[in-house]
Amino acid sequence: MTSVLYDVPGPKARARSRVISVLGIVLIVGGLVALVVVLGLPKASANGAVQPGLWDASRWDVFNDVQVWRTLGIGALNTLRMAAVAAVLALIVGVLFSFGRAADSAWVRIPTTVVLEFFRGMPVLLMMLFILLVFSTGSFWAGVSALAVYNGAIIGEALRAGIKALPSGQREAGLAIGLTPVATRFRIEFPQAFRQMLPIIIAQLVVLLKDTSLAFVVGYNELLRSGNYNLSQFFGNRYQFSFFFVVLVIYLAMNLSLSWLARIIARRTGSQSGGVTPTDATKGPANPVDPNLVYSNALGAQSKGQY
Amino acid sequence: MDAVIDNLPTFLEGFRNTLGLLALAGIGAFILGIVVAAMRISPVGSFRAFATVYTEIVRNTPLTLVLFFCAYLLPYLQFSPGYFQLAAIGLTVYTSPFVAEALRSGVNGVHVGQAEAARSIGLTFGQTLSFIVMPQAVRMVIPPLINVFIALAKNTSVAGAFFVFELFGAARQITNDRGDAVIAILLAVAVFYLIITIPLGLVAGRIEKKVAVLR
Repeated sequence: MTSVLYDVPGPKARARSRVISVLGIVLIVGGLVALVVVLGLPKASANGAVQPGLWDASRWDVFNDVQVWRTLGIGALNTLRMAAVAAVLALIVGVLFSFGRAADSAWVRIPTTVVLEFFRGMPVLLMMLFILLVFSTGSFWAGVSALAVYNGAIIGEALRAGIKALPSGQREAGLAIGLTPVATRFRIEFPQAFRQMLPIIIAQLVVLLKDTSLAFVVGYNELLRSGNYNLSQFFGNRYQFSFFFVVLVIYLAMNLSLSWLARIIARRTGSQSGGVTPTDATKGPANPVDPNLVYSNALGAQSKGQY
Repeated sequence: MDAVIDNLPTFLEGFRNTLGLLALAGIGAFILGIVVAAMRISPVGSFRAFATVYTEIVRNTPLTLVLFFCAYLLPYLQFSPGYFQLAAIGLTVYTSPFVAEALRSGVNGVHVGQAEAARSIGLTFGQTLSFIVMPQAVRMVIPPLINVFIALAKNTSVAGAFFVFELFGAARQITNDRGDAVIAILLAVAVFYLIITIPLGLVAGRIEKKVAVLR
């Protein structure tokens, strides 16, 4: 393996790096063990009462209660439900935004751009609060619509970049065989752009799943609220850390498996993405876009596309 | 509209705190991100593994959960420097893997031939890094890095839900006081956020355009 920064190491350098690596393992593992031990020590609080350490059995016995697991399960289901509804809506909003921004008529394009910039530059949380207070929807729909609009704006931007990156011959060919401009967009350009941008779209859906936890703030009973907040209020402070730990593990399991799925799909579509023939790709205005670059652009707020 | 004008001092206080959080967490995340990125591209295997695991775990944890940990659990573990500082710590930790990824992709984006050419004409590792690789990497890194900070600016709003009085906290308080002018108040808060995010985005776009010409 050659890297930008260093040559393929020789025997001496390999031995050195092995020694440093072992030292590093000792250092890191030692640090983690020390952290675990310190957390496990019984500690005296300000008034002199001694509390058991965090790994003490008395802090974990709630998990023998089936009701606790049911509450956690309902919370996780609520999170997934919100993410699923918001994801479907976000995809629809994203497609609409991408068509609006790539429209030929300036009367459609410019208002869409302004609206899109506005949504992208605003925190999701503020949008949730806005929808909750102004439209007095329940907390579920406030969360869903804010997530759908925000992530839809980002997906729309990615799709637009995908459409723009196609060779102009694709559109010209579609028009030449007598398709209307709308049909060309739908049947020729959009499927290619969608496939090319699929990794970004899925990455954005992982972000969406993570962001459902923001609905905690507007009072939706998702995993964080039902797991951390309600349960530790009900059972007492003693279990706060245990509940946090379990909720963290559930979130990581959900998000990591979705990320893993995203990576598999990205690898699959990567080889056949775009459907652009090699000769097309080498000439013309179409230099294939790096999905990661578009992604970071879509996250930020910029007024004009310059890909 | 009068609800906005009457409460302007409150808005400005919130805005100041948002900027403070952005600066503090931005600098912290930048430093932590450099450390993580350095570990990730280092030749030492164990550092690389540690940095990878750290990045994966933190990136897949919701920000709300991180800030919940900072606001409720750190004080419970008898570490309580104040909610503003706790929120800054949480945002620092949450943002650092994104910074690290941006930096790493910049360094990896420099063509291998550049470093090989530098080494073949006899430059040392330090010289290769400081004269050849870094000047190119920094240019490529700045736009995505600015985008990370834009995301951070938006993320500071979550701290408002955890006892920090920044823009979102101000919005909540003022809408509680003036239920009749909710739309005007929330739009004003949105404008304050846009004051931060849109110029940053324009700068990122400008720089990216320049770099694209150079390459």
